Amino acid sequence: MPAKSQTWTFTNRPAILSTGVVGGPFEKKGQMAGDFDRFFEDLWIGEDSYEKAQRKLIEEAVGIALKKRNLKETDIQFFLAGDLINQITPTSFAARTNAIPYLGLFSACATSMESLALAAFIVNHGGAEKVLAGASSHNATTEKQFRYPTEYGGQKPPTAQWTVTGAGFAVVGTEENGPAPRITSATIGKVLDLGISDPFNMGGAMAPAAVDTIEQHLRETGRDPSYYDLIVTGDLAKIGRSIALDLFKQRNLDIRSEQFQDCGLMVYDKSQPVQAGASGAGCSAIVLYGHLLNEMKKGRYQKILLVATGALLSPLSYQQGETIPCIAHACAIEYL
Amino acid sequence: MANKNQNKTPEQKAYNQFEKKHELKRPVLKNCIRAFWVGGCFCLAGQALTYFYIYMFNFTEKTAGNPTTATMVFLSMLLTGFGIYDHIGQYAGAGSAVPVTGFGNSVVSAAIEHRTEGYVLGVGGNIFKLAGTVIVFGVFSAFVVVLIRTVIMMWGGS
Repeated sequence: MPAKSQTWTFTNRPAILSTGVVGGPFEKKGQMAGDFDRFFEDLWIGEDSYEKAQRKLIEEAVGIALKKRNLKETDIQFFLAGDLINQITPTSFAARTNAIPYLGLFSACATSMESLALAAFIVNHGGAEKVLAGASSHNATTEKQFRYPTEYGGQKPPTAQWTVTGAGFAVVGTEENGPAPRITSATIGKVLDLGISDPFNMGGAMAPAAVDTIEQHLRETGRDPSYYDLIVTGDLAKIGRSIALDLFKQRNLDIRSEQFQDCGLMVYDKSQPVQAGASGAGCSAIVLYGHLLNEMKKGRYQKILLVATGALLSPLSYQQGETIPCIAHACAIEYL
Repeated sequence: MANKNQNKTPEQKAYNQFEKKHELKRPVLKNCIRAFWVGGCFCLAGQALTYFYIYMFNFTEKTAGNPTTATMVFLSMLLTGFGIYDHIGQYAGAGSAVPVTGFGNSVVSAAIEHRTEGYVLGVGGNIFKLAGTVIVFGVFSAFVVVLIRTVIMMWGGS
């Protein structure tokens, strides 16, 4: 590994021991409904604010992930997570509940892979035995913060995306001896800004960051794209995905379109009115910890590269006319 | 806004052009037709209400405007509260945003949204978050128009 590499290789076999994936009512009607552990029937989740509801999503997903392995909160050494809301309060408040030593993270929608990469790094280098990693988002809290009130009758353009209500959490550890989904390497992305300023066109803004991280990952690991059964981006959706495919061609990366998928296009059904596709910090988390890991266990995929993409804007920054800086973090997950 | 493009690097400009090709365009014609017929229906309902107030109560063509507006805004508030108006908005665009019902929707949706932050700082402080700009520039442009009219009247003097 070259000295200035942005890719970590994990040799001590950190594995995803168990996962918890929860979603809201709209996700229940989507195409990966069978991969969730639990759904909530409405967006309030029995709480009196949407922010509290998002905290509840996190607590529930964490609880499910622990329960599957008969673990207690005290068995987990670190809790690495984040979300999209100001000062990541839903995650921090959930960390207050579970009282696990906590590192709050923010890379917008790339938080899911930021947390998984860091968890794998800590576990791989003996910093902990078990670490909880994950991310969450809630449609109504995100809309409220970044766009308009939920019930406001504005018309969204076809480039807009639908924020996922859901949380995906995973316990990362090394104790698993049999075959399991393992994080074998991770590439930390750098912030790229290609001058897109339309907050209703996140896919277009984020695509170059995803392509850059994928290119760096392949170069630094010396791998050919065909090494992976699937290269999955976080939430580029329709527009971002087609841009990324074109950018691959420009840079002579031989990634076939059927090998290149996007979590934003895997959550919802085609008939659901989500414009370009799904987005949100919870989007890549629920697709990886729910759908993709299930498919790996079934043997459909052996090696996947998940590249979560994040748009690092705030409502303030785009109202002040700033363009949207973006980031992408990648984790290679292999079933071995 | 004007100098935004000048601040961009050549790489950003090139990417923006490349990106534009992939962007799904807003279906302008389809949106216009939808806005036209939905907005037209709203206005038709308003007109029916006006006649209702004129023939059933003692309103004249001039005074029936106020109760009609109030009723339309009330209806749009109900539809907003039941979570229907935003779906109409996605379909109709300007058709449901431009009539007075759109104004009602923007007020009520903000009130609902910020209810969890309390009545004073939440509802009170945010209720005109979206509509406030309409009021500010509505009042200001009315002032400018009247000013122009007054000046012309003074000169033309009729």
